[in-house]
Amino acid sequence: MALFSGLSEKLNHIFSKLTKHGKLTELEIKTAMREVRIALLEADVNISVVKEFVSKVSERAVGQEILKSLSPTQQVIKIVNEELIALMGSANSKLGTSDNPPTVIMMAGLQGAGKTTLVGKLGMMLKKQNKKPLLVACDVYRPAAINQLKVVGEKAGCTVFEKGQGNPVKIAKEGVAYAKSYGYDTVIIDTAGRLQIDEDLMKELENIKSEVNPTEILLVVDSMTGQVAVEVADTFNKRLEVTGLVLTKLDGDTRGGATLSMKAVTGKPIKFCSVGEKLGDLEPFYPDRMANRILGMGDVLSLIEKAQEAVTEEEAKKMEKKFRENSFTLDDYLSQFETMNKMGGIKDVLAMLPGMGSKFKIRDEDIDEKKIAQTKAIIQSMTMYERENPQVINSSRKMRIAKGSGTTVQDVNRLLKQFDQTKQMMKQMKNNRFFKGF
Amino acid sequence: MGIFSKLKAVLTKTRDGLSKKLNELFAKNKLGEEFYEELEDILISADVSVKTTMEIVDEIRETAIKEKCKDKEYVIDLLKNELFETLDYADKIEFKSPAIIMVVGVNGVGKTTTIGKLANKFVKEKKKVTIAAADTFRAAAADQLSVWADRAKVRIIKHSEGADASAVVFDAIDSAKAQKTDVLIIDTAGRLHVKANLMEELKKMDRVVKREYPDANFYKLIALDATTGQNAYNQVEVFNEAVGLDGIILTKLDGTAKGGFIISLSYELEVPVCFVGTGEKIDDIEDFDAKDFVEGLF
Repeated sequence: MALFSGLSEKLNHIFSKLTKHGKLTELEIKTAMREVRIALLEADVNISVVKEFVSKVSERAVGQEILKSLSPTQQVIKIVNEELIALMGSANSKLGTSDNPPTVIMMAGLQGAGKTTLVGKLGMMLKKQNKKPLLVACDVYRPAAINQLKVVGEKAGCTVFEKGQGNPVKIAKEGVAYAKSYGYDTVIIDTAGRLQIDEDLMKELENIKSEVNPTEILLVVDSMTGQVAVEVADTFNKRLEVTGLVLTKLDGDTRGGATLSMKAVTGKPIKFCSVGEKLGDLEPFYPDRMANRILGMGDVLSLIEKAQEAVTEEEAKKMEKKFRENSFTLDDYLSQFETMNKMGGIKDVLAMLPGMGSKFKIRDEDIDEKKIAQTKAIIQSMTMYERENPQVINSSRKMRIAKGSGTTVQDVNRLLKQFDQTKQMMKQMKNNRFFKGF
Repeated sequence: MGIFSKLKAVLTKTRDGLSKKLNELFAKNKLGEEFYEELEDILISADVSVKTTMEIVDEIRETAIKEKCKDKEYVIDLLKNELFETLDYADKIEFKSPAIIMVVGVNGVGKTTTIGKLANKFVKEKKKVTIAAADTFRAAAADQLSVWADRAKVRIIKHSEGADASAVVFDAIDSAKAQKTDVLIIDTAGRLHVKANLMEELKKMDRVVKREYPDANFYKLIALDATTGQNAYNQVEVFNEAVGLDGIILTKLDGTAKGGFIISLSYELEVPVCFVGTGEKIDDIEDFDAKDFVEGLF
């Protein structure tokens, strides 16, 4: 989940070039802002949003605030950060409920944004909250969309209301009536994907809206969307008055600048992020954390939360000591692997640390679960002495370890090499500002 | 494909937006820095990457200065030429029978729909087509493909949901050989390119095809959504590294999205665009034509 890490790397790089002492000159701000502009554009933030953002930040930066400051770099970061948070909204937003049940939630979005999958995910989430959701199949155009919703609904343990390829407005209305008579408290309406310029289909959404009067109209958007995001969000919002945005496919490596664009143009909260293919992979959106992340402050909050879930304080202290003394053994390596896995993988964790994203390009395959099992087998086939002194592992020991763990000598070699690299990495991490702060 | 082609009509939407901006540019600007900056903005708004944009515009600026050119129309012509040359370096793919086309891509780009259209296109060219539903992951993906198979009147090979995708490929090849199929099109599950295990599954399918049907002409095409931004580059890069791509299908070019990233892609990764999806109907697919694309842009 490398969300905005590309952007944060860039900004970090920019700000490390800025004056460390004294006051910022106008020229320096201009240079920094040029780089901010490029970074934001490369992250797919819409060009007009970028322009507005950059001019706002420059204005504030050249003003008095910065001249009074002792640390201009921090000051600039603070301003950029504040403006980013302002742009993305400041609080996490929950789903509204209707005083007059059932609460109706309606989906809207382009083709392939991930609406049907999201309906399943929301259904599952609501079930966990002891609600009784009904999923209504109003995508009557795409072949097998109804079947897809049925399969997804079954997996989520939700009832699916469908009337085949009928009139979507009528189906929506009947779905809500059905929910009322059978005691469902929430209705989630799946709709067909459509282009914002398709007049007939946009009209259809307006008709569904006026017929069932939804509490929530969620615009579902692919986080990989480019410059067109502004236009899509703007049109859907103008036609339907959407109540919130949902970002999908955030488990990819997109920088997700579209998030900024859409938020800027609609002013509507981003309610959820979809971060995987499983029905449980739905998370709330935290704009402040995301802004921090963009700035390369790292998503320290999330990291701390994750770490608290996965590591006890005692373990953490022990590990930190080993970090510092560089007395890291293969046993530690193994438990490290397992902890990291609990926290969502090394890549996730590194992406959240400031300035770490670019230094260590770690791919998912490095932390593949099968590989972790293999790593475990290999380390457990070593003697305690070997685990603490890996340098003694010669070829005959390697043969024994390979046989013991059902692997090959190459696998053992690979592991030892990786362990070495990790140790190297830790040495570098010790020199990282973030860790020095501890 | 003539000047009145559908692609042209579709691109007119894009062009309208762009021409308007260009006209404004002509109206208010001298041929100074500001002109080139706005030229950059126009390309960036079409999702051409910042890097490519700067390279192209710099090149044009230099040429214009060298030739002491003051005419804006001429500068635009230079730009067109540059874009055309960027897009038109590769030979068109000819799908020689027996052909196997595997369509890959991230989730929701329109792979299944594209395969329906492709099947229909080959049928119209009097080819014998079979399609393989190797997206065994997404709910009802095979059902969706079956509807398209009916529409295009072609045979479909499918297993149940959750089955091994490579096994579907294996069976489809068997059947394609027995039936003397000209074109076998394989649908694959959408996968984000950062998921290592899913990319492994794809590599396995790739190996199965090569092993089971070495005589076939094997083409791997990636479907890219025109509404995507700069991530398209990462997608092509990673899929290309995994299985080696032969071409790009640009889907959903029926909206206002411009798909300008293909310019950057051709510039840097050298994977040619071969088809363009222009709508939801079965005939809404066209051969990509760089000239039309660029002409349509202006």
